[in-house]
Amino acid sequence: MPSLKDLKNRIASVKATQKITKAMQMVAAAKLRRAQEAAEAARPYSERMASVMANISGAVSGDDAPRLMAGTGKDDVHLLVVCTAERGLCGGFNTQIARFARLHAKELQSQGKEVKILCVGKKGYDQLKREFESAIIDRVDLREVKNIGFANAEDIANRISTLFNAGEFDVCTLFFSEFKSVISQVPTAQQLIPAKIEASEEDAQGSDAAYDYEPDANEILEDIIPRNIKVQILRALLENVAGEMGAKMSAMDNATRNAGEMIDKLTMSYNRQRQAQITKELIEIISGAEAL
Amino acid sequence: MADTFTFELVSPEKLLLSAEVNSVVLPGSEGEMTVMANHAPTMSTVKPGVVTVEGADGSSKYVVFGGFADIVPTGCTLLAESAVAVDALEADELDNRIKAANEAADAAVGDADKTRLAAFAAQLEDLKAAI
Repeated sequence: MPSLKDLKNRIASVKATQKITKAMQMVAAAKLRRAQEAAEAARPYSERMASVMANISGAVSGDDAPRLMAGTGKDDVHLLVVCTAERGLCGGFNTQIARFARLHAKELQSQGKEVKILCVGKKGYDQLKREFESAIIDRVDLREVKNIGFANAEDIANRISTLFNAGEFDVCTLFFSEFKSVISQVPTAQQLIPAKIEASEEDAQGSDAAYDYEPDANEILEDIIPRNIKVQILRALLENVAGEMGAKMSAMDNATRNAGEMIDKLTMSYNRQRQAQITKELIEIISGAEAL
Repeated sequence: MADTFTFELVSPEKLLLSAEVNSVVLPGSEGEMTVMANHAPTMSTVKPGVVTVEGADGSSKYVVFGGFADIVPTGCTLLAESAVAVDALEADELDNRIKAANEAADAAVGDADKTRLAAFAAQLEDLKAAI
């Protein structure tokens, strides 16, 4: 049985923890709003990019499409780009992505394909290195980056294209967490190379018009595809930040609530014990008086 | 009064401009071109340069660093790698970019890459001279 003093100390320490989690929750809420705005602001570009891609890919026949779109024609070596957060304390956010990527990698390995992993973010690396130490070829650290911008996405995209041009892999898939709402982030896999074009998103306004291409469709496509990859990565990074903040917010909310419950419980047993002590002292005095 | 059309200038990070305008001058990779309402559908890559937007209430200028334009009769969308208003451009930003481009060109392996990057650096130099 802990003494009164012990209980008092525990209550004080849990209260301090509660203050910290509360503050973290509020910080996450503020950051979430900013991250959501950034993701929102980036949307027009990627939407238009998608419609242009859909548009132009119709104009280029399959044979002379650029390599980034057509791929190498094989699918022996897979590169998984796993984007996670840099920091923990955000519930199952990082674990979810890592688990999803791990399942994917296992499946590919069981099919006899070679798997290479590029980790973006520290937490994913920490979780994946246990199993796939040898498969991890590179990692990108975004720890020092305050606001994720196009330059970060560009850097990652350049690494990927360098690897691709060196023939290091055939298929590249991007793993990130899609931001659905504050409480729900869905781990998602998206194929980057060869580029997948969703024909369903074809823009009605342009699809029937005969386009003039300057210089020509092929060259434009060659210019667009690397950009498209950058944009996809940027989108993944931004969604990830929003998701991380959302997950952190709800995790910290839970932690604050749990700390509150704990304080209530501890206070209750503190009061009980105090009462018991008073009763004990009274009994001692009374029985002492009776003995006289 | 000339017809107007919708012009949108989009960078990866945000929508910079979306307005009804009379004409837009784009630094196309095959030469400057002026887009007006009812332009034939065209898709063009854009080299680094100055975009001049003629709106109903005066003109404004933006510096873009590469990208491409999607032109349809009713509108024009310019997807720029990065874009800033000319007034907001910091003096040494261009110099930094030129330096980075030159370094990239020097570091590049393979002739095709080297030519491409060197051309990009040269385009930036032209842009600097133009402002």
